[in-house]
Amino acid sequence: MSTDPLLSVSDLTVLLPVEGEQRAVLRDVSLDIRAGEAVGLVGESGSGKSMTARAIDRLLPKGAQVHGQIRLRDSDVMTLAGSQLRSYRNQVAMIFQDPRAHVNPVRRIGDFMTEALRTNLGVSPADAAHRAADMLAQVGIEDARRRLHQYPHELSGGMLQRVMIAAALLTEPALLLADEPTTALDVTTQAEVMAIMDELRHQYGLAMLFITHDLELAAAICDRTIVMYAGQVVEVRRSELLHSDPLHPYTAALAAARPDIGSKAARLQAIPGRPLSAFEAPAHECAFAPRCPYAQDACRDGVPPLIDLDGGLSRCLRVGELRGQLEAAHA
Amino acid sequence: MSTAVGVPSGRVQARTRSGSLGVLRSTGFAGIASAVVIAVATVLAVFGPLVAPYNPDLPSLGQAFIGPAGGHLLGFDFEGRDVLSRLLAGAQSSMIGPLAVVVGAMVLGTLIAVVAAWRQGPADTVISSGLDILFAFPGILLAVLAAAIFGAGLTAASVALAIAYMPYVARVLRGAALRERGQPYVAALEVQGASGTSICLRHIIPNMLPLIVAQATIMFGWAMVDLAAISFLGLGVQPPTPNWGVMISENEPGILQGYPLPALAAGLCIVGVVIAFNVLGERLFEQAQRVSR
Repeated sequence: MSTDPLLSVSDLTVLLPVEGEQRAVLRDVSLDIRAGEAVGLVGESGSGKSMTARAIDRLLPKGAQVHGQIRLRDSDVMTLAGSQLRSYRNQVAMIFQDPRAHVNPVRRIGDFMTEALRTNLGVSPADAAHRAADMLAQVGIEDARRRLHQYPHELSGGMLQRVMIAAALLTEPALLLADEPTTALDVTTQAEVMAIMDELRHQYGLAMLFITHDLELAAAICDRTIVMYAGQVVEVRRSELLHSDPLHPYTAALAAARPDIGSKAARLQAIPGRPLSAFEAPAHECAFAPRCPYAQDACRDGVPPLIDLDGGLSRCLRVGELRGQLEAAHA
Repeated sequence: MSTAVGVPSGRVQARTRSGSLGVLRSTGFAGIASAVVIAVATVLAVFGPLVAPYNPDLPSLGQAFIGPAGGHLLGFDFEGRDVLSRLLAGAQSSMIGPLAVVVGAMVLGTLIAVVAAWRQGPADTVISSGLDILFAFPGILLAVLAAAIFGAGLTAASVALAIAYMPYVARVLRGAALRERGQPYVAALEVQGASGTSICLRHIIPNMLPLIVAQATIMFGWAMVDLAAISFLGLGVQPPTPNWGVMISENEPGILQGYPLPALAAGLCIVGVVIAFNVLGERLFEQAQRVSR
């Protein structure tokens, strides 16, 4: 594993026009993904997880203002256009939350899977179909040849998500952006799909940005986890430490809010207040301060920097003194 | 999300379960009857001259404006030609003009609509304003202008009408293309690395097909009326070529002289076919709307 990042995002700020005004949805997001590494991206709804992935794949809506830099290896992603952009997208594949909405319902599975191969990479239709069938077998779909001739509505949600994974892997990408790929599936299917993704990822040496709001799922399959709140990165941590030794009060609160199957909680712990979108959050102080039980006056004096502590990063001014207490607070 | 999911699945049912015959059946009795009328007119447009009982171009002035007699079911026109034969032979020039107009308007309009919806931003603004300007020119006026420049004839008239109709097509289809553009599967294709052209041609346009067909059908009726009017004015199909519009025009004196049958028969042919196209078009349009909802 090289130390040079495969993908590096630095100081990414995205503004979207809403009713005539530019609203920030991402603020100074920086992250690195190394080749073959799995990075989790967690946060509440509206925290900017999906926006980050969409920005990386240059899928932001028209009129979006983007500042900052995204680099894949040595190329500047923001300046790509035309065929260069298309070949970049072949290297950075994306898997969506709702497979059914993300496939043209009137095209056969085979047409969908082989489209990029045939039109972009100049693979012959017979060869493309062969590769597609192979890949379907690898994601555990039996009778792959027949499936290629079926329409999306003939497949179950879990099956279709496997098809999407297979389609994403067909162009031999270096990085997989998985945007809540299992949220629309039931738990057992979820486990199967996750297992397949994890296995294929290792087999192909693929890097992955795994977006979820499931802290434990992220911790289970990712090397590192990035926690986002209100369009900002608030914590970056090795996954196995995220739960036991969180560095940001928000992470600790998220972990505490999740019910544990092993013990019966009288009452689930909630984070006071409601999740704020990036544009609602205070711009010149700690975004989490209004909901944070540990907030002090100093927290409201400016946006805290990401503080490096013991291999992790935390956007909390008091991280040094709070460390350890955070875990105790919800245990 | 639930609506986005609902949209495509409805469309799939319409396509795969019933096919085009099923779509026709669901347009009801009026739709089927209209389709039959259109089918008959189309067959006549191809084989009309062959099934005409008499030579449609053979004048016999002595028989001018004589009513139905002997084997001549609809009598004779102002030059003594068999009216039924001229109607059958005239189907060709009466149907081919509107066909050319519709094909031209649909191809141009669809391309422009998809380009506007795909590019959005300034390109869309320019295209939409251009369409607004074109809306200001009535089709017949453009056709008269074309006849003045290129000479009277079916080709000039058809081209002029195709251009005049194009904005109507483009406006409706732009909305549909914008809706299709916003579907998540289009974003998925984009990240798969598909090019804009290929997404438009392979996915967006095929998915707008129900609406395109419905539009084309309604438009055929308009084009037929307008072309008949242009031929009536003497700027379209030129006599002695048999044509329903021309027949109304040349037999107009008969209406005053008490022999309205030749002009009336040609008029009824136009009205019948136009109504059939309109009814079928409306039904298909309703269906396209229902399916995409």
